[in-house]
Amino acid sequence: MADRFDVRRQTGFASMAMLCFFLLYLPIATLVVYAFNDNESLAIWKGFSLRWFHAAWNNSLVIESSIRSFEIAAIAAILATISATMAALATTRTKPYRGLTFKYAFINQPLMVPEIVTAVALLIVFSRIKIWTGYSGLGYLILAHTAFCVPFAYLPIRARLESMDLSLETAAADLYATKWQTFRHVTLPLLWPGILAGLMLAFVVSLDDVVITEFVKSGGQDTLPTFMLGQIRRGVTPEINAISTVFLALSIGIVTAFFFISRKRT
Amino acid sequence: MTAIRPAVEAKGVSRIFQGAGQDAVRALDSVSVSIRENEFFTLLGPSGCGKTTLLRLIAGFDYPTDGEILLHGQDIAPLPPFKRPVNTVFQSYALFPHMTVAENIGFGLKMLGKPKAEIAARVDAMLKLVHMQEQRNRRTSQISGGQQQRVALARALAPQPKVLLLDEPLSALDYKLRKEMQIELKRLQHETGITFIFVTHDQEEALTMSDRIAVMSSGNILQVGTPWDVYDRPAERFVADFIGETNFLTGTIESAGNGHARIVLSSGARVYAAAAKDFQPGSTATLMVRPEHAKLVKGAGDLAGTIETIVYFGTDTHIHVRLDGGEAFIVRQQNSRCASCGFERGDKVGISIGDEVAQLLKD
Repeated sequence: MADRFDVRRQTGFASMAMLCFFLLYLPIATLVVYAFNDNESLAIWKGFSLRWFHAAWNNSLVIESSIRSFEIAAIAAILATISATMAALATTRTKPYRGLTFKYAFINQPLMVPEIVTAVALLIVFSRIKIWTGYSGLGYLILAHTAFCVPFAYLPIRARLESMDLSLETAAADLYATKWQTFRHVTLPLLWPGILAGLMLAFVVSLDDVVITEFVKSGGQDTLPTFMLGQIRRGVTPEINAISTVFLALSIGIVTAFFFISRKRT
Repeated sequence: MTAIRPAVEAKGVSRIFQGAGQDAVRALDSVSVSIRENEFFTLLGPSGCGKTTLLRLIAGFDYPTDGEILLHGQDIAPLPPFKRPVNTVFQSYALFPHMTVAENIGFGLKMLGKPKAEIAARVDAMLKLVHMQEQRNRRTSQISGGQQQRVALARALAPQPKVLLLDEPLSALDYKLRKEMQIELKRLQHETGITFIFVTHDQEEALTMSDRIAVMSSGNILQVGTPWDVYDRPAERFVADFIGETNFLTGTIESAGNGHARIVLSSGARVYAAAAKDFQPGSTATLMVRPEHAKLVKGAGDLAGTIETIVYFGTDTHIHVRLDGGEAFIVRQQNSRCASCGFERGDKVGISIGDEVAQLLKD
């Protein structure tokens, strides 16, 4: 008998894998390296320097848009996670009924509808509301971000709820816990890693968004990604690299933090 | 003496599961049973007989389609589980994985809003009762299956329920541990004085632990009685067949009355049998004889046949006899030092059935 089929032993597997990783990570590596370039040019290496980080730090527009990004992402992620948790509870702690699958699709709609369509739709609706109410604050962006973040928060929470042993909730009810107490003392603590995962996913997705933000934002409401987009139109300096590098470091930080939190909990 | 009031009483309880279309499943079909105070009561039956459904109705995890469930005379059928002074030991234990052993045990009391000091004292007492003091701060994932079982018991007993429900709690344990826990459960029931309602499909478990047993089949209770009643005096063929090994014989009733009957077997032998109800003389009926109640004899007995197989079990020997009429009959003999005591395969033997040993059954 021949050995079991092992894809790693196929001809060309290693080189193919290397190529994929190369294509994935080389641009990012280049971006990070050139963030430390002591030159106006993106392409010509002159020497190591932190000047572009200083430049970004001293650029009040960068700082302003970063703060705005985090503000929107934080509020939107929290709102999306709360709605997603309730949606997940409503769709798992119930007897299956006709239309439940439709409801899943409905909740996950932002994953399926092209973002540009949502963006245009929101632009039209919000511009009307802006005229009616006269309000043109960050609320629109937060609302829009909350809406498209819901499915990202919903999926890990639902997965966690579905894998939970239902007899635990039955046992809590048997031990005199009301519905609320059961949720508070049994369901919620066990659901917590799922909620955290959903929250972080929603946060990162919101932080990263360009298309919807670009359409919905009013004047002077640039987030970091839309600010960077605007900068690139005017010619790129390694300042963009420096900002991206910080962004990358933050994302990795969040994901790593989540990994350790979730591992500790389970 | 005060009138004996049942702890739990089911009155005409039905539970019908409405399936898709017209097929509705009658999990319980107008069941009535009365369970006494401080009793170790077992619901015994094959899977799908409705025993777990009845337990879930008493616990409040499900609601009856029809009928009343009384706890000390009060109808609890419409109450949610957290309003019933009844606790459950689950088949899967359902221990809270994010709590310690002590927190698990104290959960019910905490939900009842008892003061901290009272909870602590009660948890201590419970840990002692189930011999788990040393594991009090362990997570439930860090203790063995047998220990999890004890925690599940302690957790259910801690709020001092009026009735403790046990849903096949021993089925996940290996044989030796199961035997230990059977004795442990009996001890706990004596020490706490709480009414235990125990669900199992294991007839041996039911016989060794119960004060009384209800034998169930397809949504009905067929017989309620002491282990001796259901084993020695089964009312129906299903009960006799489900519990222990049994020989069935058919015969014609010659005379009946006063809980007794005289039957003529197809071999012509006459046997006296106990009868649960009155039977019409002249009708045919099924007779049950337990293998250990029949005796093998060298000469002529009530029945005659040929030994087909001899199976040695250590404590006893099962001798499979093919009767002259063609039916199979098993005789169990306690082993003395003489092995199968002179009987060999192929021997022509007689089987004697003493008076009052056979039981006449409703079919």
